[in-house]
Amino acid sequence: MEQAFEQIFQDKIDREVRIEPKDWMPEKYRQTLIRQISQHAHSEIIGMLPEGNWITRAPSLRRKAILIAKVQDEAGHGLYLYSAAETLGISRDQMYDQLHTGKAKYSSIFNYPTLSWADMGVVGWLVDGAAIMNQVPLCRSSFGPYARAMVRVCKEESFHQRQGFEILYVLSKGTEAQRKMAQDAINRWWWPSLMMFGPKDDESPNSIQSMKWKIKRFSNDELRQKFVDVCAEQVKVLGFTLPDKDLKWNEERGHYDFGPINWDEFWQVVQGNGPCNKERLDARKKAWEEGAWVRDAALAYANKKAKQKQVAA
Amino acid sequence: MATMKNEIDFLLHLADNALIIGHRNSEWCGHGPILEQDIAITNIALDYIGQARNFYQHAAQLINQHPTDITINQTGNNMVLPATEDSLAYLRDVREFKNLLITEIPNGDWAYTTLRLYLLSEFELQLFTQLLQHTDAQVAAIAEKSIKEVSYHVKWSQDWVLRLGDGTEESKQRMQVAIEAIWAYTGELFIQPDYATAACLNYAAIQAAWNKKVSAVFEEAGLNIPSKTFVQKGGPDGMHTEHLGYILAEMQYLQRAYPNSEW
Repeated sequence: MEQAFEQIFQDKIDREVRIEPKDWMPEKYRQTLIRQISQHAHSEIIGMLPEGNWITRAPSLRRKAILIAKVQDEAGHGLYLYSAAETLGISRDQMYDQLHTGKAKYSSIFNYPTLSWADMGVVGWLVDGAAIMNQVPLCRSSFGPYARAMVRVCKEESFHQRQGFEILYVLSKGTEAQRKMAQDAINRWWWPSLMMFGPKDDESPNSIQSMKWKIKRFSNDELRQKFVDVCAEQVKVLGFTLPDKDLKWNEERGHYDFGPINWDEFWQVVQGNGPCNKERLDARKKAWEEGAWVRDAALAYANKKAKQKQVAA
Repeated sequence: MATMKNEIDFLLHLADNALIIGHRNSEWCGHGPILEQDIAITNIALDYIGQARNFYQHAAQLINQHPTDITINQTGNNMVLPATEDSLAYLRDVREFKNLLITEIPNGDWAYTTLRLYLLSEFELQLFTQLLQHTDAQVAAIAEKSIKEVSYHVKWSQDWVLRLGDGTEESKQRMQVAIEAIWAYTGELFIQPDYATAACLNYAAIQAAWNKKVSAVFEEAGLNIPSKTFVQKGGPDGMHTEHLGYILAEMQYLQRAYPNSEW
């Protein structure tokens, strides 16, 4: 029986028919998606912190308004993604608990600090840029609610990426101090951005099954290469450089070659030893714990009102 | 000329109110107690920054059209000219800011933040409704746009006052503590600044309407209005709490550290 279901399921996947929440699905598919979607949702919520860090210091009112709107978009993405994950039978509170106890991960990139205004540009250009590279294929993910959420997320992310690039473009036309600020930010974020595509293909344990289930469409290394190729051209428009002496166009491959990634750093950050891991998680835990009385009051009030309505009826 | 200076000062007062309360609300972004409410308060912050921009832009336009005696601040410093929304927000110091004190006091907890917003936005709703009759069509137009936003702020914050006032024992107590702390800053709302000379303004009427609405909401929420009536005042005349200096130090630092740069 199970085998027959599995056959029907894989058939649908192969024919590019979307899997919906009420359809039969292998338990491992469900668990893989819960892991991936909740990790993605957590990344959006944690990702609000490094950019939120600059809202009160944005250098003009226009930039402040754009940045607030952007961080608010990230919260909205978190909301759709938590909702998509909930269709798989896990509650938002359970997912928060997994985040707060360290059981669930989020994108390691947000464990790096935002040290200057130029970081708002670079986070948009490189971090959102890498996210888009990863996420556009997810609009065709085999799981319907995830794919649909990603269509909207990707539209907003590409807007964010353009905003980020525009911040850098203005800095590139600015004073010497502004150009240095921007180059320094690029230098600090470039390698962590490349790490956003995950481990090398031969060290990525979940990838093969995810490709078969069409949760994933391209390998980590394919996407990383595509990202390098795009950024190596875009950085020329800015008149800045990428901090990689091995970055060079390879005519034969039709791609840019690039230098070795420091995977030791990657795993250190994944394991919790990045510069801001503790701060990010502490900030979320604090918001959650200090908000408990607010949530309790809202619930008590809603129950009271529902009861009054019942009595009245 | 006196009338023009008054109008400009009044616009700066409105812009500063919006900017500073927007700044305070934006401090919640990413730290709210519930994700949906984090989005809501961030959105409210964004509304306020938008209002601040509208008022500053109009003030800047008037300043640049009348650049004589109105460009000297009360501390004797010259305004940076030509004025822009950013020069007005980023290059004036504490004594030149004209915002109400209630906008600059720290956020405290969720009860404090939502109560402050409620008390302020009920005031703004009345004030902006009067400004619809302003003889300067641009002021009336900004007021009209702002009323749409402020009406939502009133509704959202009022819901929180009710929820927390009539929620749990703890939330009620926190709301009552917030009332005790904030109440001293509410009297200032109804003191008409000397430069608020537009004919459409009637602060006594604002106060009467505000009292009526706030009393009704407090009663429904089971909250008490404090009996002591001491009023902290001075914000609209540039006499602030110590908190404003820190807000400006943070907000203005890039413009101050990298002068004459485009961002």
